Amino acid sequence: MSSFDQGGEAASIVSVTDKVKPVSLGMAVTAVHYLGDRAAFVGTEETVAVVDAEGEISKVDVTGGGILSAVSDGSRILIGGDDGKVTALDKAGTVSVLATDPKRRWIDNVAVHPDGAIAWSVGKTAFVRAPKGEEKSLEVPSTAGGLAFAPKGLRLAIAHYNGATLWFPNMAGEPEFLGWAGSHHAVTFSPDNKFLVTAMHEPALHGWRLADSRHMRMTGYPSRVKSMSWGSGGRFLATSGADVVILWPFVGKDGPMGKEPAMLAPMKAKVTAVACHPKQDILACGYEDGTVLMVRMQDGAEILVRRNETPPIAALGWNAAGTWLAFSDESGEAGLLRL
Amino acid sequence: MSDASKIPVTVLTGYLGAGKTTLLNRILSEDHGKKYAVIVNEFGEIGIDNDLIVGADEEVFEMNNGCICCTVRGDLVRIISGLMRRKGKFDAIIVETTGLADPAPVAQTFFVDEDVQKNARLDAVVTVADAKWLSDRLKDAPEAKNQIAFADVIVLNKTDLVTKPELAEVEARIRAINPYARLHRTERCQIAISDVLERGAFDLDRILEIEPEFLNAGDDHDHHHDHDHGHDHHHHHDHGLKHYHDEEMQSLSLRSDKPLDPSKFMPWLQNLVQIEGGKILRSKGILAFQDDDDRYVFQGVHMMLEGDHQRKWKPDEVRQSRVVFIGRELPEDAIREGFERCIVS
Repeated sequence: MSSFDQGGEAASIVSVTDKVKPVSLGMAVTAVHYLGDRAAFVGTEETVAVVDAEGEISKVDVTGGGILSAVSDGSRILIGGDDGKVTALDKAGTVSVLATDPKRRWIDNVAVHPDGAIAWSVGKTAFVRAPKGEEKSLEVPSTAGGLAFAPKGLRLAIAHYNGATLWFPNMAGEPEFLGWAGSHHAVTFSPDNKFLVTAMHEPALHGWRLADSRHMRMTGYPSRVKSMSWGSGGRFLATSGADVVILWPFVGKDGPMGKEPAMLAPMKAKVTAVACHPKQDILACGYEDGTVLMVRMQDGAEILVRRNETPPIAALGWNAAGTWLAFSDESGEAGLLRL
Repeated sequence: MSDASKIPVTVLTGYLGAGKTTLLNRILSEDHGKKYAVIVNEFGEIGIDNDLIVGADEEVFEMNNGCICCTVRGDLVRIISGLMRRKGKFDAIIVETTGLADPAPVAQTFFVDEDVQKNARLDAVVTVADAKWLSDRLKDAPEAKNQIAFADVIVLNKTDLVTKPELAEVEARIRAINPYARLHRTERCQIAISDVLERGAFDLDRILEIEPEFLNAGDDHDHHHDHDHGHDHHHHHDHGLKHYHDEEMQSLSLRSDKPLDPSKFMPWLQNLVQIEGGKILRSKGILAFQDDDDRYVFQGVHMMLEGDHQRKWKPDEVRQSRVVFIGRELPEDAIREGFERCIVS
């Protein structure tokens, strides 16, 4: 876009809103994942709504209560419930209970490894179960705020107060502790396995370079970061939390240290969800006013996917091939865009 | 989201053995047609019959925001966000704290955390106190004193186990710390639920009801405080009301029948809690600002403040501003002078 375009009408943005297939899910939504070629919208409680390319909805009850966390490896969705159960929903629509807390405590977090291992946490205790079924647990100093498997090897990051713990469940040694004062929630490894990043309770990210535990402070957000997505093969971490999409550069061995983040797609509303395209340098972002945009990372060019004036966007995600974008606002007014 | 649509949260505190669990069970078992989500600290250890019950870990952490006294309960942030997944399945939240807990981090969680603030509001801190043992605990347990100071409602329980003079004694000691809380005498925590839950602005109005004579009766404030010895001295006044002066914890009430200047009052209050927030446990106020037909109300915990226009002043209502502070070693003269300067002359 050249700067001359800005003098024209504000509505000059390219729009694909007419290509979106709207879907009314009739339930509050927190996340979207994919089960094969269908989008699976995770509700706030009990239900996952699986939607096919035609917009046909089939609802599956996955748990008896609130859904506290949900992750997917593309073939199944793992769900942590407030009924103390870890359940899985597969492509065939089968629900299986993978673990039950004997005291019915909340399953706060779940994680899934590409090789089939799963992890979950209950309070201060993190559990890992290998594909063959062997189960191990580790207690961290305080309640786990988030879990993430490293891209390589069986290694689990557990975010908690005052830092994160890196645990190799199959190794005898002590887990590694990465300290930083404050409360750490969501956690993610960079795809190249070189960095670990947490979203903190205060509006900031914190990162560590894993080779030497060097700190990376990523601050300046007006509100807490709740959505993070690695883009462009791991060269960027896109986040919510501001009225622009914040894109931290992770090129080179220093990550974002000493660099300014890129800021894309400014709006008069806060970004609530981001999802980077799995193959191209494009990201999708949703805002608290219901807007959804697609943005080209290179030059910030925007395409309107969904107009504003609805509840905040709660779920946003691409399928693995990058041919579908699915999104939903908090109230379950969802949409599918086929590229 | 408007304040009315936020989920009200009642914080239940009280020293060990005072009767918190009894009160909680009474609330839950009464036929009131309401559903409560209950956050308890000893999950599964005590028999509480409720569908939505969550175990808390009492994990307190400091906010990295430069407030030295700003601690929050991280587990509450997590639990309330989890409970919001089941919005519509409950009407209110009750948080039970351990007997040794400081109520400040619990209360501050509702002021500081953006997500909690969006969904929930602190309705009242309810402290259950043991009529027989409270006087002793006030001497040897700082937590017990904090819990009384923080309370909006005090349930003085086990009154059947003490004599009338003993009861008068313990009440006077409570009043020396916190004259503004609504005090109920109970046996086995028998109390109407409406006296404990969903108090909201109703209890804020109480700061207007307190008679100034009760607060100031004969109190010359000329004591030389010696903080090395821990017992309280007391006076008997002409009117027969036994009145204690707690050496450490005091309350301070400010009043004005003339309107306040908001451009002076707000910066003064902000500055006061920034500087003295460590000493101020709680602050509350109902304010009449100049050229403003709305009642402005605020409440605070240490350095945290929250305020808003509440409603129009009623035609027959006296437009009086009233501010109270409860805290330790409050710089009374400085606070009074500061307040006076905010009055429109």
